[in-house]
Amino acid sequence: MTTNLKICLASLALLVTTPAVAALNIFACTPEWGALSKEIGGDKATVYNATNALQDPHRVEARPSLIARARSADLVVCTGAQLEIGWLPLVLTQAGNAKIQLGQAGYFEVARTVTMLEVPASIDRAQGDVHPGGNPHLHLDPRNIAKAAGALTERMAQLDPAAAEFYRARGKAFLARWTEAIARWEKEAAPLKGLPIVVYHKNMSYLIAWLGMREVGSLEPKPGLPPTASHLSALLAQLQRDPARAIVLAAYNDPRGGDWLAEHAKIPVVILPFTVGGNEKANDLFGLFDDSIARLLAVKK
Amino acid sequence: MARFLIALCIAIAFSAPVSAQESELAKIRDEIRQMKQQYEQRIQDLEKRLADTEVKAGTAAVAASKAEQSAASAETATAAAASARSGENAFNPAVSLILQGTFARESQDPNTYRLNGFFPSGGEVGPPKRSFGLGETELNVTANIDPYFRGVAIASLAPEGGVSIEEAYFQTLALPQGLTLKGGRFFSGLGYLNEIHQHAWDFQDAPLAYKAFLGNQFRQNGLQLKWVAPTDLFIELAAELGSGDNFPGSDRNKNGVGSSALLAHVGGDIGNSYAWRSGVSFLRTSPRARSYQDVDSLGGAVTNAFTGSARLWVADAVLKWSPNGNSSYRNLKLQGEYFRFIQDGSLNYNDAGGSALFGPVTGPFNATQSGWYAQAAWQFLPAWRVGYRYDRLNYGSVSNGIVIGGLGPQASDFPILANYSPTRNSVMFDWSPTEFSRIRLQFSSDKSRLGLTDNQALVQYIYSLGAHGAHKF
Repeated sequence: MTTNLKICLASLALLVTTPAVAALNIFACTPEWGALSKEIGGDKATVYNATNALQDPHRVEARPSLIARARSADLVVCTGAQLEIGWLPLVLTQAGNAKIQLGQAGYFEVARTVTMLEVPASIDRAQGDVHPGGNPHLHLDPRNIAKAAGALTERMAQLDPAAAEFYRARGKAFLARWTEAIARWEKEAAPLKGLPIVVYHKNMSYLIAWLGMREVGSLEPKPGLPPTASHLSALLAQLQRDPARAIVLAAYNDPRGGDWLAEHAKIPVVILPFTVGGNEKANDLFGLFDDSIARLLAVKK
Repeated sequence: MARFLIALCIAIAFSAPVSAQESELAKIRDEIRQMKQQYEQRIQDLEKRLADTEVKAGTAAVAASKAEQSAASAETATAAAASARSGENAFNPAVSLILQGTFARESQDPNTYRLNGFFPSGGEVGPPKRSFGLGETELNVTANIDPYFRGVAIASLAPEGGVSIEEAYFQTLALPQGLTLKGGRFFSGLGYLNEIHQHAWDFQDAPLAYKAFLGNQFRQNGLQLKWVAPTDLFIELAAELGSGDNFPGSDRNKNGVGSSALLAHVGGDIGNSYAWRSGVSFLRTSPRARSYQDVDSLGGAVTNAFTGSARLWVADAVLKWSPNGNSSYRNLKLQGEYFRFIQDGSLNYNDAGGSALFGPVTGPFNATQSGWYAQAAWQFLPAWRVGYRYDRLNYGSVSNGIVIGGLGPQASDFPILANYSPTRNSVMFDWSPTEFSRIRLQFSSDKSRLGLTDNQALVQYIYSLGAHGAHKF
């Protein structure tokens, strides 16, 4: 018994005293912020993505693995604006990690660094699952990623001062490449201006606003409510008066409602990766936008 | 500034000499109204300009590709947002309310509910009342208190009136090394279901084992210290100390600790599609004169009281599956728990208030009993789920010294503790149009009572108002 106890205590002690890795431990709520953290942090950042591109970011559970990863994180990078309200507060209170609590330097919300779209004038759940802070799917406007990159670089430099210059240099290099890429994407995507599309959820609003496309409807009758037959037929009738060119879904959206509408309205379904890892081409932030724009441009041809 | 000016003007206007003529007053009011309108217009213009500037600043930051500029624009945005939240109510806690109710049909009278073979646990363990019945309305108030503590209060409003405190605790936010201290009244972390609130369960009622061994749910009035290991595998160890007022303990009116618990949980993911958690918990309480009412073989009232130690072991496991971790469309949840309940002490039998044949009699009492349940909930379409649960309690070995030692009362004078092992089968079907509403149909064939089957059918509604609560795994 006593030897067992000793072994048990010794292994516990071992767990506790495991030397802290020099790198900055980053817990990213969604893959786009994981990818951005990696761009800035390089090999000085260990990044864990709490969710993958095929998961509905609204329907994530406070899984034990997330609590375990949050326990040793130095920095939590999330969208904010209540996108993670269903699970992150629980992970934060369960993880026993003072560094990443709300208000600490280790808690970073991207929504605080950008201008939010679709901020509701009134908030009532009768309008569906509305987010009081505005539409949280803000990463599909690459200019928001640029803003986030600037703020995140500074935050990482603050948390790991020894490598501050390293992060700043990488952040600067990333922004230079990113600005160039934005200019290129805007040029490539010029034909998309005014393109009328149907979305699944209000998850493409920033992309639509950035490229000047036009949202003519959504498969969800209200944000967060699954498509219903009656809503889809009403949408079909509406499309006959005001036609759309495509139905644009995210990789995690259920394709069924979109397929039905595509067949009846005779327009294609375009499945965008939505975030990093959403398809094999979207393996980093550049790939995400390259592929999204290519898929949308294919509709115009 | 503009708002301040308006306020100042109004203040000046109202402090004007009272002797002012009615017409003058009307004139002044009119002027104030005009000024107000003008200022409101100007405020709106300013706000619009601010928003425009932010957008421009953002674009400029990108064009210049300088981190510093971007951070500066972020600060502008934050400042603008902050000014909108400067009201007195800015620190209001998150408030949510749960509405619940049932419509039930039961073949046995719910007022005669008992789990034969097991000590009555004192909790409200019976099925819901027949016909329409209001469930508990739950008011939940939560906020961070300061950088160091978080506070949670959950009050349950009983349909008959009256308020009980389900949970009211503080929790630390800033302890080092993965430690969290919780204090006050809280649902113990033992097992799996105990910490989860009733409205988040997959069935309307608790498993029989929870009813028999924990009085539905075990609440600690005390402290919990929890440690999360700094490993990729989720490892959580916790110790709880409490007053042990609730079953299997009792209110002892004694200094010191009345209940203690040790809990260990591990968990993790298997690929993208599976997540699991499993654990072992141990609870020890020392009840003093924990009593329940029974009737003897003549129908006279008897009070039985147990004094001694009660120990409970719980093993729990949960496995969840969803394709690629996306639980929106389809998911499966498997859950099971095993309980072993050991009581050592003495039992006091008192029929003084009834037949008065033996008066108070005390004999040794030792029992080792067990129980388990297993359940599955399958979401086959968005919003639609079906579930099945099997419950079983094992009478185990019970040694009642009063009967064995021939102190007078016979086994038939302890009808509730009759040698019996209850079972139950339940199926449920529920529809949750959003995360905030759920309507459930549930059927159970409940063999809790010796020799009787209670066929239960019920419809339950659960609505959640207000702040978006986060649900435990």
